[in-house]
Amino acid sequence: MNTKNIYNSKNFADKFNSALYFLSAFLIIVLFAAICVTLTVFSLQSIKTFGLSFLTASLWDPVAGKFGALTYIYGTVLTSTLALLLSIPFAFSVIVFLGEYYTEGILSNILKSAVELLAGIPSVIYGFWALYALVPIIRKFEMAFEIPPYGVGILTAAIVLAIMIIPYSASIGREAIQLVPSELKESAYALGATQYEVLRYVTVPYARSGIFAGILLSLGRAVGETMAVTMVIGNVNKISLNIFAPGNTMASVIANQFSEACDKLYISSLVEIGLVLFVITGVINVIGKYILKKISI
Amino acid sequence: MFKKMVIASVAVFLCTVFFSSVYAQNKELMGAGATFPYPLYSKMFDVYKQEYNVTVNYQAIGSGGGIQQLMNKTVDFGATDAFLSEKEMEQSPDNSIVHIPVCLGAVVVTYNIPGNPALQMTPEVLEEIFLGTIKKWNDTKIQAVNPQIKLPSTNITVVTRSDGSGTTFIFTDYLTKVSTQWAKTVGTGKSVNFPVGLGAKGNAGVAGMIKVTPGSIGYVELIYALQNKMAVGIVKNKSGSYIKPTLESVSAAAAVKIPDDTRVSLTNTDAPQGYPISSFTWIILFKEQNYNSRSKDTAKTLVEALWWIAHQGQKYAAPLEYSPLPKSAVEQSEKLLKSITYNGTPILK
Amino acid sequence: MTIINGVSYRVFKDHLFKITTIIASFLLLVPLILILFYIIKNGISTINWEFIINMPKPVGESGGGIANAIVGTFMLIGIASFCAIPLGILVGIFLYDHKSSILSWWTRFSVEVLQGVPSIVIGILAYTWIVIPNGSFSALSGGIALGIMMLPIIVKSTEETLNLIPNHLKEASLALGVPYYKTLLKVIVPCAMSGIVTGILIGIARIVGETAPLLFTAFGNQFINYNILKPVNSLPLMIFNYAASPYEDWHKIAWGASFFLVAVVFILNVITKLVVRRWKVQF
Repeated sequence: MNTKNIYNSKNFADKFNSALYFLSAFLIIVLFAAICVTLTVFSLQSIKTFGLSFLTASLWDPVAGKFGALTYIYGTVLTSTLALLLSIPFAFSVIVFLGEYYTEGILSNILKSAVELLAGIPSVIYGFWALYALVPIIRKFEMAFEIPPYGVGILTAAIVLAIMIIPYSASIGREAIQLVPSELKESAYALGATQYEVLRYVTVPYARSGIFAGILLSLGRAVGETMAVTMVIGNVNKISLNIFAPGNTMASVIANQFSEACDKLYISSLVEIGLVLFVITGVINVIGKYILKKISI
Repeated sequence: MFKKMVIASVAVFLCTVFFSSVYAQNKELMGAGATFPYPLYSKMFDVYKQEYNVTVNYQAIGSGGGIQQLMNKTVDFGATDAFLSEKEMEQSPDNSIVHIPVCLGAVVVTYNIPGNPALQMTPEVLEEIFLGTIKKWNDTKIQAVNPQIKLPSTNITVVTRSDGSGTTFIFTDYLTKVSTQWAKTVGTGKSVNFPVGLGAKGNAGVAGMIKVTPGSIGYVELIYALQNKMAVGIVKNKSGSYIKPTLESVSAAAAVKIPDDTRVSLTNTDAPQGYPISSFTWIILFKEQNYNSRSKDTAKTLVEALWWIAHQGQKYAAPLEYSPLPKSAVEQSEKLLKSITYNGTPILK
Repeated sequence: MTIINGVSYRVFKDHLFKITTIIASFLLLVPLILILFYIIKNGISTINWEFIINMPKPVGESGGGIANAIVGTFMLIGIASFCAIPLGILVGIFLYDHKSSILSWWTRFSVEVLQGVPSIVIGILAYTWIVIPNGSFSALSGGIALGIMMLPIIVKSTEETLNLIPNHLKEASLALGVPYYKTLLKVIVPCAMSGIVTGILIGIARIVGETAPLLFTAFGNQFINYNILKPVNSLPLMIFNYAASPYEDWHKIAWGASFFLVAVVFILNVITKLVVRRWKVQF
């Protein structure tokens, strides 16, 4: 009979298993550390050469050996923010639809499956579809308004990104809304509020941190998205205030140029962009998950 | 049950490793690089596999990528339309890089305007379009060179390469030679800062983008424009004649003395009937093949495949509108291939 | 004032909001239907037995298939699963066991950061860690990159499912004298199987469509390759390469491959739902 304390078991099998679990957890931490170390070590040359000006200079010239990532940072920020703005109304509608109006039933199942399907479509297919279905539409639109008919550009990329990130904020936001205690809602109804007023003054304020976390996490996804953006952003290394103009993002410049970066400084600069991406998405994700944990989703 | 799963997966893994190493006896080579000759390479390697059962896996990631992956020693050979500069050659001081010419091709100016007329282009017009100073199709300068054609008033959308490209190198090399303004502001290179233009990946990407964007113009290898029934510009060469890019005009441009290491630029050729934006395309490999514990077998397979390309493979060039190598270039390739060594001894006898 | 605060106005606002929400939600279906419509319309005509069995033809020739991409995708998923599933389940069990030690805090943190790492950055890492030391692109490096992406999903689903199991099961087993490790492996984990399997299926569905990490690891291959130490093609990589090209034939193949890929993802989703329904942890 094994009556010893679980954690102090002298049983070999128990110790072996314990060790196995510890080892695997340790491995994960090692993996994380390895990622940080690799990215930093390979970026060192670029960091030492350019310092902080890497983030503020917009000239990216592999021939002359001068690298400044501002164009790409601008592109990422612009496409992600635009995508977020475009996605929020729709995500919010889905949240309210699934969380409040139709929590069960056929309509709810249809929308739930649709959102899941949207989340499941691989990003390269989004890019492919956008290239042949969305870009011609935008091109016609541009030709009608005398804008150069690139078709591709920041706006196109933002639209595709928006469609891709809606499922993320929608599903998290829906769970946040469903966490609202029904007593709060019922007391509001008892006082004569309409459904809209309950949503606006009770449910959403209560669930706002969850909804915010969902939006934050979808932003993290938008920042790191590579394939769909590369295919429709036009790949131009210029900062332009015009959203119909083509641009470039951090993720797509790495995808385009990494396999051919020839000298050490070039590679180091690209890895530094990767490091920046890693830090940005890391911070966004950690904050988002922290909020979710606080409200216990 | 857990134990069973673990045993099962370990067994599967071991079987896979075993079978893959058995399969590894099947000869396989890996190459990467230029998209310029990709249609030809994909045909040649397809035939080579059927005839000799050697798999050559070629990925067209751009000349810049080809050079870089060879330097990283992650591929057996690279392919580039931009021969390595002295500075790039210096990056491998102890094992020199050998350039083997494969064929000749033309970089053409292709565009998308209604009717797809064959437009005549002068160096000055090309320079200004790609610098962005000419913005509309019906600009007087373009119209002057094409008096019979009614040009539309659409804006010109320039399409360039977003990746490191030998095709870009050839095109910018030509523009640098014919335009001091271009030489000053942009220069020559695989990846330059084009003043205007959308970026697309690979020759295929540029052709794909031009095909669907009205009013666009860009530079691609000839076969990409032909296979997709796109318009091709007729360029004025150094002698003043307007030359259409064809097998003959490209071969004419190559009637120059080829240096021993075959690293030569053919743009802005003196040849009177030569197309001014022609170029060789090369396969690059290391002279001493014993590095990173490569086997002598692999080295031999590689050199034999390259020998085949320089001889029997040449007959696949013309149907795809690439010019086969002139005799002098074939002789040079043979000399260079015989100089490839393994542990100091030449592989081919 | 009466108009603004009148009941009918408030009711009107309520209905207006509800209708707007419903319309907006269903507007979301429009891109989905468009995407599926495009894929089905363009892809279904290309799918036939030859398409699945054949290899691609040289540039410019019509015909050819996606056999090499299908084989490559299977290989990559196999390698990724082999790396991620055992490790992921072990870590999940660890996190279930140790809820609040320093090690578990750091592990959770690492897993969360891993989940958010952009796929292209993982590609850079796999290139630096495996491709360069090995001296060649390989299915192995691509598989490991995909495995890193699959890992957090499996860890999370394992841990969450294990947490759902009430303690009395564990206590009853221990009370009967079963050693702790056996309790975990033979009592608790089998109960959580549905959640673990769901996590695996979701992980697979996620990585089957990934392209970015494969750009400089698996690299691509026009021929079928069974050797894990050599490059392979994969469905998303093929779609990416063919999509932006000018060749109509390649576009057709890309649509066919997209159809195949979306069908695979869809089937995985359906299987996941069935697994959840049949094996649901119920107490």
